[in-house]
Amino acid sequence: METENNKSNIIEISELNKWYGDFHALKNINMNVKEGEIIVVCGPSGSGKSTLIRCVNFLEKFQEGNIVVSGIELTDDAQKIRKIRSEVAMVFQHFNLFPHLTIVDNLTLAPIWVHNETKEEAREKALKFLERVDISEQAEKYPNQLSGGQQQRVAIARSLCTSPKIMLFDEPTSALDPEMISEVLDVMVELAKGGITMICVTHEMGFAKKMANRIIFMDEGQIVEENDPINFFKNPESNRLQLFLSQILTHDE
Amino acid sequence: MAVNELQSTRKPPIFQIGAILWLRTNLFSSWVNGLLTLASLYLLYISIPPLLDWMVLSANFNFGTVNILGFEIKFSEVMADNQNCGREAACWPYIYEKLYMYIYGFYPREESWRPDTVYGLTALLFVIVRLVRNYKYKNRVILSLIVAYPIVSYILLAGGFGLLPVVETHRWGGLLLTLVIASVGIIVSFPIGVVLALGRRSDLRVIKLFSTLFIEFIRAVPLITILFMASFVLPLFLESGNNFDKLLRALIGIALFQAAYFAEVVRGGLQAIPKGQYEAADAIGLSYLQKNALIILPQALKISIPNIVGSSISLFKDTTLVLIIGLMDMLAMVNMTSQDPYWLGRETEGYVFVTMVMWVILYSMSRYSRKLEIRFNTENKN
Repeated sequence: METENNKSNIIEISELNKWYGDFHALKNINMNVKEGEIIVVCGPSGSGKSTLIRCVNFLEKFQEGNIVVSGIELTDDAQKIRKIRSEVAMVFQHFNLFPHLTIVDNLTLAPIWVHNETKEEAREKALKFLERVDISEQAEKYPNQLSGGQQQRVAIARSLCTSPKIMLFDEPTSALDPEMISEVLDVMVELAKGGITMICVTHEMGFAKKMANRIIFMDEGQIVEENDPINFFKNPESNRLQLFLSQILTHDE
Repeated sequence: MAVNELQSTRKPPIFQIGAILWLRTNLFSSWVNGLLTLASLYLLYISIPPLLDWMVLSANFNFGTVNILGFEIKFSEVMADNQNCGREAACWPYIYEKLYMYIYGFYPREESWRPDTVYGLTALLFVIVRLVRNYKYKNRVILSLIVAYPIVSYILLAGGFGLLPVVETHRWGGLLLTLVIASVGIIVSFPIGVVLALGRRSDLRVIKLFSTLFIEFIRAVPLITILFMASFVLPLFLESGNNFDKLLRALIGIALFQAAYFAEVVRGGLQAIPKGQYEAADAIGLSYLQKNALIILPQALKISIPNIVGSSISLFKDTTLVLIIGLMDMLAMVNMTSQDPYWLGRETEGYVFVTMVMWVILYSMSRYSRKLEIRFNTENKN
């Protein structure tokens, strides 16, 4: 923890407010993320956790506040948005692989078209990442021929191909069959150890305990409590977090 | 507690297969189904034999001596004429006599090799596209063919440029004209349709409004009206006035008409693409154009293949309407040739012939679409 105080903020979110129509989805969010930090965001459904991280790469527009990602302030400017998106990768709950492309083509798409790499370079790198997530033998198959766990690992490899500085995980294991969750978490643990900045929206408290530098609890569009993993689980301060923990941990422990 | 061994798989029971079972499950599964089967068989029995009799068995095939690819084939001593052809069955010598008109219209006989070459090139195009499927530079080959083919075809058909004698478009007719109108209509309108479909889903209000207005206006108007407008109203706005080629006017009208239909078909495909695909494309940093060209359209068009081809088939049939603005397509040729005083009263043969030609072309299109669908299906590949 001490050493990380020296590192600079890679994401700075201040006074962020977002509405869906009349619905106030995010209320005065302030949050900084340092380079290399692993942040876990949790909270009941509808609490705005996904919305928050989707604001970071501008998949959601927000009405008030500032987000600065690696020195670039998010505005409507398409150029800036693309620049940020090339540095921020996202892994989705439903994988969102491109079903009309083979696995390896899914991986090489962004390097070729966004980062102007040659086909050969991109392919070589793609195969390397597929090996890292342990599915190199599926490279020429199509996404729908793979299991959910495999697809999510491909999705992670796809987002790694553009050498992002930040990775956003939007409930990466929620759509998976139980026996496939650990294979995805294993990959995420490996990544976390590698020193990349990560914000994970997840309900996998085991992962949060083991890997997170900080855990953020959200409810009704606001950050209710944030703490390091040990105190987060041992000494929850707010009633809402206590209730939430009692609900999700009853079956785990 | 019981522990069961994993069981090996086995073949289905023998009474699940065989011809009798097929008959029972498909044709006689219930009383209603059985009755329907018998009724259908009866309908076939009363319709097929007379038709066969009219078209083949009692029909007149006395073509005289025919030269097919250098071989002299003798069907009869002399070619039958209208009198000795008989009225109770088809008189195919009439079609043979008028075949040139059906295929080329009033295209000069000594230049008929030019449409023939275009037909040949078209077939060649399909063969080449199929052959280069696994070639490294196939995209470049296909793209250059797509650019070259219309230019070469135009020069061949219309002539000019000091290369070939000019054949004015009012001399084009028959199947040639039908194919030109249909293929130009489909090929030109398709990209316009895709752009309109994207426009209608655009976040930019003005573009959305324009696309929606265009599509809804065109779709609310019959093709005949549009052809009339293109033929008679459009020249009023243009300086060249009536010198403006009649075929070109019809083509513009048809292309705009078809573009609106393609736009709606493609929009249907676009709507079927999950939001996650857009988000994933955005998240990896693709631009609007890249996102649509690489991710969204390939999937949307693939789903739309049956409807795109269906719409194209409709257009192909609708091209017969051009006869009302004085273009002599294949169907117009039936009327035209039946005016021949030596061959009065032979419209039926003409219509049957045109029907058969249309059927062969359209059925091939439909089959081709089925093939494309299977080839592009990566969703359920195993």
